Amino acid sequence: MVIDCKHVWNNISGYLDGTLDPALLQQVQKHLEQCGICSAILDSTRNILILTADERVFELPLGYSDRLHARLEANIRGISPSPIGG
Amino acid sequence: MTMTQPLQGRDEAQMIASILAGDSQQFHQLIRPYERRLYVMALSMLRNEADAEDAAQEACLKAFRNLATFRADSKFGTWLVSITLNVARNRLRRNRLTQMESLDIPPEEQGHVSPALLRDWREVPSEVLERAEVRRTLQNAIVALPEIYREVFLLRDVEGLSIKEAAETLGVSEASVKVRLHRARTMLQKTLAPELKSLVPQKGRWFPWL
Ligand SMILES: [Zn+2]
Repeated sequence: MVIDCKHVWNNISGYLDGTLDPALLQQVQKHLEQCGICSAILDSTRNILILTADERVFELPLGYSDRLHARLEANIRGISPSPIGG
Repeated sequence: MTMTQPLQGRDEAQMIASILAGDSQQFHQLIRPYERRLYVMALSMLRNEADAEDAAQEACLKAFRNLATFRADSKFGTWLVSITLNVARNRLRRNRLTQMESLDIPPEEQGHVSPALLRDWREVPSEVLERAEVRRTLQNAIVALPEIYREVFLLRDVEGLSIKEAAETLGVSEASVKVRLHRARTMLQKTLAPELKSLVPQKGRWFPWL
């Protein structure tokens, strides 16, 4: 069976996650080999996911960690977490 | 990272046991590896640095108080992330109630999202993240996602949860996670592919000497 571009777009995410069933995977793969547009969409999506997951995208505010631990310290000093149901 | 996980899990289990036995100081060490992730999660949800910092702190305090309810069969990091998500969600709900804002949640069935059409794609290397304008472009695209898509994208693609873990965290089906994730990724591709192409000139096409 030949599948069209739209069908491939709908399955790009599943393709990247490896969740497509074998028959569909084969169709998508075959289409990708022949279609420049769909393979560019796949490559750009994959590339964008790598970039957006990069630690450098969001910077921590200066002193974030110090303030976090200071607030924790002020709240947990000398106490234990309550037991289950307590 | 994956290879050190079992060891990390054992260390964490020991730390958690000592904390529950009364050595609360160890909690500082326990959460240190996750501090950044919690902030990124909170910031992406709340879109405000001060709120995000406060939410991350609140999530850590909550985690401390509820540490006894943590079940060792899940990952500590995943548990922390889901607490942070819930703290952020509650704050968003509170803000909405006070501001009478409408939800930016599109109906699940709503229309089809199409990707940006390109003829070719040259890999954009992660070194471009050294440029502030590129970082800002990516941040803007993430925070502009509608909330239900942003959540699932953050859990799965930023925090690295499995589809099953994301479904459990969000309290929705795995099928629903897959649909939302697909839309989130397509929306990001649609916004970011053209922007990255113009921000990061693709080598070799018009300027063969580059
Ligand atoms: Zn195609």
